Amino acid sequence: MRVLSARKLVALVAIALGTGLGVGLFTFTYARGLSYFSTDPRACINCHIMNDEYDSWGKASHHAAAGCVDCHLPRDTIPKYIAKAENGYRHSRGFTFQDFHEPIQIKPKNSRILQNNCLKCHGDLMHDIVEGSTTDVTSVTCVHCHASVGHGPTR
Amino acid sequence: MAEEQKESKPAGESKKRKTAVFLVLVVITAAVSALVTALLVNIFERKQEAKNPYLRVVDVTEDTVDPAVWGSNWPRQHDGYKQTVQASSTNFGGGDAHPAEKAEKEPWLTRMFAGYAFAIDYRDRRGHAHMLFDQEQTRRVTEKPQPGACLHCHASIIPAYRFVGKGDVMKGFEEVCAMPYQKAHELVDDKGNKLISHPVGCVDCHDPKTMELRVTRPGFLVGIKSLKEHQGTKDYDVNRDATRQEMRSFVCGQCHVEYYFKGDRKTVTYPWSNGLKVEEIEKYYDDMGFTDWKHKETGAPVLKAQHPEFEMWNQGIHARSGVSCADCHMPYKREGALKISDHWVRSPLLNKSRACQQCHHYPEEEIQARADVIQERTHALMRRSAAALVDMLDAINDARKAGAGDEQLKAALAFHRKAQWRLDFVAAENSMGFHAPQEAARILAEAVDYARQGQIAAKAAPRAPATQPGK
Repeated sequence: MRVLSARKLVALVAIALGTGLGVGLFTFTYARGLSYFSTDPRACINCHIMNDEYDSWGKASHHAAAGCVDCHLPRDTIPKYIAKAENGYRHSRGFTFQDFHEPIQIKPKNSRILQNNCLKCHGDLMHDIVEGSTTDVTSVTCVHCHASVGHGPTR
Repeated sequence: MAEEQKESKPAGESKKRKTAVFLVLVVITAAVSALVTALLVNIFERKQEAKNPYLRVVDVTEDTVDPAVWGSNWPRQHDGYKQTVQASSTNFGGGDAHPAEKAEKEPWLTRMFAGYAFAIDYRDRRGHAHMLFDQEQTRRVTEKPQPGACLHCHASIIPAYRFVGKGDVMKGFEEVCAMPYQKAHELVDDKGNKLISHPVGCVDCHDPKTMELRVTRPGFLVGIKSLKEHQGTKDYDVNRDATRQEMRSFVCGQCHVEYYFKGDRKTVTYPWSNGLKVEEIEKYYDDMGFTDWKHKETGAPVLKAQHPEFEMWNQGIHARSGVSCADCHMPYKREGALKISDHWVRSPLLNKSRACQQCHHYPEEEIQARADVIQERTHALMRRSAAALVDMLDAINDARKAGAGDEQLKAALAFHRKAQWRLDFVAAENSMGFHAPQEAARILAEAVDYARQGQIAAKAAPRAPATQPGK
């Protein structure tokens, strides 16, 4: 059996890895991968599933005060990146295989993140009202009643 | 020697190992590259979805009544429209290829409609695509003489109106209404082409130039103007003055309404100049002395409620909240990156995720359960009203047998008209109360009351002196 010299082997491996890396980097750039590390709301409509949510955010009172990540991601760095990774994985998988429920619905964990962010800004005023009400089994979230503050009409 | 052997063996093994490592690496890199490329192509396809909303490959005009032609330009909407051929049913509505007579489940209907064509044939509904065929086939049309007016809502008919009216749609509309049904159906243009060949389709709700929603039905144009005048708005032109969201209900209200054929020329007319509520429409009919037919059992001058979905919806919480017909019956859906209205018009209960969950963030089972409660309550109340109506019919019949005439039964017959109008208003309306639950219950409560009052009046009606054979 003909055997490649170590140098040739290294060169070929380098070519193969380089090809993979090149295709990978191109795909990452083409998919605007870097935008997911920004806070720009437009990153959330890179894929078009959340077009309605983006449009309706523009029609709601909070669009001047808060972007997507201000309400939908934790403020602290580590929990933020954990949430980004979890949601990013689920969204990519769902979008690629097109197997998700429509209309899209918020997950329980994300709902808790959202509720905490309401309190991050409004907590000082609301403290007495929401004491315990966000952790109980029967808790009612702020957006249960204030449904249109983040997203206005979608029609 | 021994040392050489030792050296050569590891050298051979290391070559083999290198080859193996090499092959494994190639396979892994190839696999990764293939996966990444697959992902790349997937992303590319998704990006393409976001482009080219539609391409006009054919020209459509005011005379293009065939939905298939429009379908070349707007295939997604046309696909939905074609789905309306499918049989679908819910707990209280809809039927298969040969829908059942409604009287099989609700036998009192036959007595309520005694002496009227609806006692001959009255079946569960089918989808939009069947509307013209089903009208041609119903025994109400084949066995009773009907006017061309019926085609106002069952055919894509505006080009026919324009042709007959020599360019004037309103004039042509009045002419065609006055024709016998079969004559109107066979109308041909100058080249001998049939003018009426398609059920209501694209051109009936969409402007062929801009695809904007628009109202075409003369009955609605006149009716909504009279309603707005009653509400204090002069010279209302629906196509000029309505908002886009209002149009998403008005296009449906072109046909899903209460109407009657006015005068000898049978002009399709919507009785809205006093308002849309059941008693406001009743006042309209009472004031002009209108009667659909004389009831065969009691002789009462009674009214037939058609399918007052638009009127009933107007009294409900969804209308109050600005939710249009299309929001629930043609909810938005995503196809690729496109947001389109689902043109498979059907019961929202057959499409709960898109129709209801957009606003009501509950599981589908919960949504179904809520609708069930409303419909079952309405149905129970409707049966109770029907029982009261039948008792009243019996009481009036008994009084007649005992010799009471129209004069003695005047009060009872007036109650018959009122009770039947209300019961029919809910029974003929296609939502079993859902469009306005409280209003439906109010109407049925009045129906029960009027029927029982009619029963009492009939029992109290003065009888002719009994002829005693022995005396």
